[in-house]
Amino acid sequence: MIDVKDLSVAFGQGEARKQVVKSVSLSVAKGETLGIVGESGCGKSTVLRSLAGLDRHWEGEIKLAGTAVAKTRTREQLLLAQMVFQDPYSSIHPRHRIERVLVEPMQSMKRGDGWDKVGPALEQVGLPAAFAERFPHELSGGQRQRVAIARALMLEPEVLLLDEPTSALDVSVQAEVLNLLSDLREQRNLTYVLVSHDLAVIGHMCDRVLVMKDGSFVDELTRDDLKHGRTHSDYARELFAASYL
Amino acid sequence: MSAAQTAPVRSKAFLAASRLGAGFGTSLAKLSREPLGMFGFIVLAVLIVVALFAPLIAPFSPTAQNLPNALQAPSWTHWAGTDEFGRDILSRLIYGTRITVQTVFAVTIIVGPIGMLIGIVAGFVGGRTDAILMRITDIVLSFPSLILALAFAAALGAGLETAIIAISLTGWPPIARLARAETLLVRNTDYVAAARLYGASPLRLLFRYIAPMCIPSVVVRLTMNMAGIILTAAALGFLGLGAQPPAPEWGAMISSGRKFMLDNWWVAVMPGVAILITSLAFNLAGDALRDILDPRHDRS
Amino acid sequence: MTVPDPILTVRDLTVRFARSSVKAVNGVSFDLGAERLGVVGESGSGKSTVGRALMRLLPPSATTEASQLDFEGAPLLTRSEREMRRLRGNDMALIMQDPRYSLNPVLPIGKQVAEAAMLHFKLGKKDAYARAADMLGRVRIADVARTMDLYPHQISGGMGQRVMIAMMLLAKPRLVIADEPTSALDVSVRGDVLRLLDDLVRENNSGLLLISHDIRMVAAFCERILVMYKGVVVETLTKLEDAQHPYTRGLIAAMPDPRNPVRRLQVLDRKAIDAVGVQP
Repeated sequence: MIDVKDLSVAFGQGEARKQVVKSVSLSVAKGETLGIVGESGCGKSTVLRSLAGLDRHWEGEIKLAGTAVAKTRTREQLLLAQMVFQDPYSSIHPRHRIERVLVEPMQSMKRGDGWDKVGPALEQVGLPAAFAERFPHELSGGQRQRVAIARALMLEPEVLLLDEPTSALDVSVQAEVLNLLSDLREQRNLTYVLVSHDLAVIGHMCDRVLVMKDGSFVDELTRDDLKHGRTHSDYARELFAASYL
Repeated sequence: MSAAQTAPVRSKAFLAASRLGAGFGTSLAKLSREPLGMFGFIVLAVLIVVALFAPLIAPFSPTAQNLPNALQAPSWTHWAGTDEFGRDILSRLIYGTRITVQTVFAVTIIVGPIGMLIGIVAGFVGGRTDAILMRITDIVLSFPSLILALAFAAALGAGLETAIIAISLTGWPPIARLARAETLLVRNTDYVAAARLYGASPLRLLFRYIAPMCIPSVVVRLTMNMAGIILTAAALGFLGLGAQPPAPEWGAMISSGRKFMLDNWWVAVMPGVAILITSLAFNLAGDALRDILDPRHDRS
Repeated sequence: MTVPDPILTVRDLTVRFARSSVKAVNGVSFDLGAERLGVVGESGSGKSTVGRALMRLLPPSATTEASQLDFEGAPLLTRSEREMRRLRGNDMALIMQDPRYSLNPVLPIGKQVAEAAMLHFKLGKKDAYARAADMLGRVRIADVARTMDLYPHQISGGMGQRVMIAMMLLAKPRLVIADEPTSALDVSVRGDVLRLLDDLVRENNSGLLLISHDIRMVAAFCERILVMYKGVVVETLTKLEDAQHPYTRGLIAAMPDPRNPVRRLQVLDRKAIDAVGVQP
């Protein structure tokens, strides 16, 4: 589903040029969930934003569903992958009602006005259809993140890119959102790329985990490795020890 | 269920109206906790009503001269006294509100959209466009509006329209700067990033996403600006570059009252009081609006 | 619940914010000795409000009441704002989530630490800087000389927390309140910061109140845990395994654990929790 070869990202010019992602390669099969774990500044979010098409400083090759994508995406390419952001308080327009938030993707893509899809979309993420009338500030953090997930799914993408989707939420709410993501993955056969600093969340959700440090992948762990606490590099071991697992 | 599905189509307008009403209600409730702001809004409401119904409210004609009756002190017949031509000052002040309201709204309607458009385009597009637009803004900002108005009056002839154009020409840069600053903040938010991901066009981003976030602070700024507009308009009138006699422009009234100030104080003071109260009301209303529209400045 | 020789005694602490009839903190009681006490709860549970109420740092719109609130045997609530300022600088300290907000943004790190040294030990400028360098070394800041010239915005969150701890090592507070001190930090530095905090309170024989949403981290670090829900302490624990209250159990079960993979995580059954009641 996703094929990345020698992806490099650098910001800045001349002396201040900083290589954030150093020639990484990864591939994700359809229906698989890949986790990328690492500390702040390791480049994991940059990888995700390059996959989404938000960062245009990358070099290398990104293939989504078999087609290579350029730095500027076409509409069809944008339809393949949508993203859920970390902070549900800043990822939804504060002056749009929830119904407006949900129809915007449809109308932007010229796929009809989308009003009839608002109710089902809300119910699908476990919110009452009556929430369509509300403004984001009338919703809790967990409810907003559900809306953000519903919005990402409006265009029926095959890939969902998740950037720390629960790190702004309480543990109990995190559990609800993670369950929702698991259910949706099953119902729609979605492919996830989940970026997080929290090994527990990554371990719970992912089939395979890439450990990232200073712009490179230093370890790859399977679900079984996580269960038995097996690691193949010093850094992954440190990370494990520090996570109180 | 079928009834529920057809209902939204029918009642969309009704829904919008009821939402607007609810929003107005909460704003009014917030306002009631701000007595000073409430005072400002009441004064402005009175000003507009007076301007609309000036012929019905004014006891005398604003231009009818009555020389035997000149320079009368305030009395029960002439609450604000009479001027050197025996015209009733109160009636002139009442008709003067029309000029004031007209100036303020004309300038605001010209300045608001122009400033906002320049600001959000500069902020959103960035790069060279931003640099060029902002340098133009800086240049215009360095013009003193009074001097520019003098030049305009010399070129086009003095009059209310000239005054409005002159004030507008120098009035938009602060709005543009404000809109640009807001745009720069909004441009990098996650909700704009998400909108880019679902293919929203630049125009859609500008008008659906960025402009709505700039409007509250721009409205607040415009309201505050209105106080300044009144003062500038009065200054132009005072210099004889605004509305021409015998139009009852407040600034021009002060100017003509100047000659009699020592013996007949009311001729100059009454329009002065009118200018003071109106400009104060706009400032108070602007302050209150900021508290209502812009939660960042919440004081509680 | 009684602790010999308590540093802090709290009985029926209640906090209410203006215009709201809901009590943000409702009848919280505990003693804190020379130990590490954790306060756990979700956002809105009132855990941070407790910390701020103890420091008397709540906004004026909040009313704080308690039948007893003693710090080192003397009541806190009746002190003047001036006394409180002196207390906050010397005897009680607050560590917040982002240390960069607690440091003065326009002064270099070294100068800020040195000023703390001058204040507490009446040292001259040169000695104070030497002392500051010494302290920064003790909190394991690698390049002390370089760090001392940096401004707060130039250092990382982990380093900022270390600087805060270094300043506290100078002041030797009896009570340290740490409000989510590690949640803005990367996992690998969390352990370091907690260990330094531990060293700090052990050395001074002081009490630590660790406020956090992370029940597992608190359980690993603290001797006792207060679990808060809707402003009430629902349970006091020494081990997570002893948890009885459905809220505590729900919180623990809601945390994903890769070693015990489950298909779906358990979510809080708020109705059941409210049925049990939130009175301690």
